[in-house]
Amino acid sequence: MQMLKLQGLEAGYDESMVIRNIELQVKDRQVVCIMGRNGVGKTTLLKTIMGIISPRKGKVLFMEEDITKKRPSQRAQQGIGYVPQGREIFPKLSVYENLLIGLEAGKEKKVKEEVYAYFPILKEFRKRNGGDLSGGQQQQLAIARALVSNPSFLLLDEPTEGIQPNIVEQIQEVIKDVKHTLHTSMILVEQDLEFVKSVADYVYVIDHGSIVYENSVDQINDDEVYHYLSV
Amino acid sequence: MSELMLTLFNGASLGSILLLIALGLAITFGLMNVINMAHGELIMIGAYVTYVMQNLFISYLPSQYFDFYFILAIPVALLVAAGFGMIMEFSLIRFLYKRPLDSLLATWGVGLMLQQLARSIFGAPNVGVKSPSFLNGGLEVGTLLLPYSRLFILGLSITCLIGIYYYFYRTASGRRVRAVMQNRQMAECLGVSTRKVDLLTFAIGSGFAGVAGCAITLLGAIGPALGTSYIIDAFMVVVVGGVGALFGAVAGAFGIGFFNTAFEYLTNASIGKVLIFLLIIAFLQWRPSGLVTSRSRSLD
Repeated sequence: MQMLKLQGLEAGYDESMVIRNIELQVKDRQVVCIMGRNGVGKTTLLKTIMGIISPRKGKVLFMEEDITKKRPSQRAQQGIGYVPQGREIFPKLSVYENLLIGLEAGKEKKVKEEVYAYFPILKEFRKRNGGDLSGGQQQQLAIARALVSNPSFLLLDEPTEGIQPNIVEQIQEVIKDVKHTLHTSMILVEQDLEFVKSVADYVYVIDHGSIVYENSVDQINDDEVYHYLSV
Repeated sequence: MSELMLTLFNGASLGSILLLIALGLAITFGLMNVINMAHGELIMIGAYVTYVMQNLFISYLPSQYFDFYFILAIPVALLVAAGFGMIMEFSLIRFLYKRPLDSLLATWGVGLMLQQLARSIFGAPNVGVKSPSFLNGGLEVGTLLLPYSRLFILGLSITCLIGIYYYFYRTASGRRVRAVMQNRQMAECLGVSTRKVDLLTFAIGSGFAGVAGCAITLLGAIGPALGTSYIIDAFMVVVVGGVGALFGAVAGAFGIGFFNTAFEYLTNASIGKVLIFLLIIAFLQWRPSGLVTSRSRSLD
């Protein structure tokens, strides 16, 4: 089954067009990685899928339904979870309250123990304000907040960027576990090709707002990917 | 000694009135950053609701139940003012969230319309509301007589404050409001309908203006222009307290209340008013963002 399909998507800010003619699809249970240098439009693409930016042209289809005109909250209700770049934790809400806001999108009433099992620190710090956590802890909270509502599809925007190495490893393990045990489909924006190869099923590389390379992960050509990633 | 006590009580009493007037505005202006110039008219609506309730009780119920009109008027004023707030938000404010100056002008216009509406329905002259009998007289403490009506307003403002605190910090709906005010876009991405939250928050702020209007009927006659005399005080309290900090409004209200009473005691009513304004100007030079500073949703 088709999870997500983007048809001829064009979007940007005000007058400037940041992404052009994007054709992309994610199948059920598939992890799709998006790679590319900084500023080529990866975050804009994810924001367009989430509905924060409305596309100038093209369509966003989620589970074969056209959601191009829907608000982000409706998309979240339909099962899209979003872990944005910069984490976007509610600073004056406690860790637990942040997770409770994450529950708004789903039918769940309580925070599942599995989520705490992924990130035990969140249980320990549940009463602290989100804004008082370190960057790595906030990133764990952002991922947990997206997972509590049992989304069928996850958007992860550079979840390991700027985070201390031991937490990077932990987050990578969680992403692999979500893929293998929860079978959640994902779009993962990631720069680390080794990690991409260990978790992805399919890879797209973006440059200057367009898809310049795509292949399934077992046939990927490292040199070609590096060519687009190098500055 | 007893004069000091009296000044303190009057300060607390004025503070509680200011707090009640400003609580709703602390939500609509403080949290949502909407400069609602019609806030005073929402207070006026609450006052007229009390007047209408009084007349309904006189016409339709035996006189022994008369006193209950006031108890019933408080929730009705809250609901009616919240209803007006909801209509305002839905038909006007929601188009102006990113345009503070336009919303200032537009809500001022709404205020004028509401004043005229009151004039058309109730007539231009002031009308009186008879206080319920249980609020007549006062509590004797030593040589002092503390009027029950003032004590009641003090109690009402504290009750409202506890209610607001409970709503924001203990309920799911209040949690959604706080999330939206802290990070609107992310709350939306997590499935919170920010439209509904905006509508509800504005309605709650307006509702508390209605409650204030209800309390104000205990202080004197009411008229269509009642709101204009309170709107300045309300904004003053919220700005001194700190925009975006609900509990700054408490400090602001009681601070202004005590200083105002003390100045009036030491000089006279008009010099006292001048001194309090000078104090506020000086204070805002020193702390432009008010007593309690808290980052709220910026005017994005």
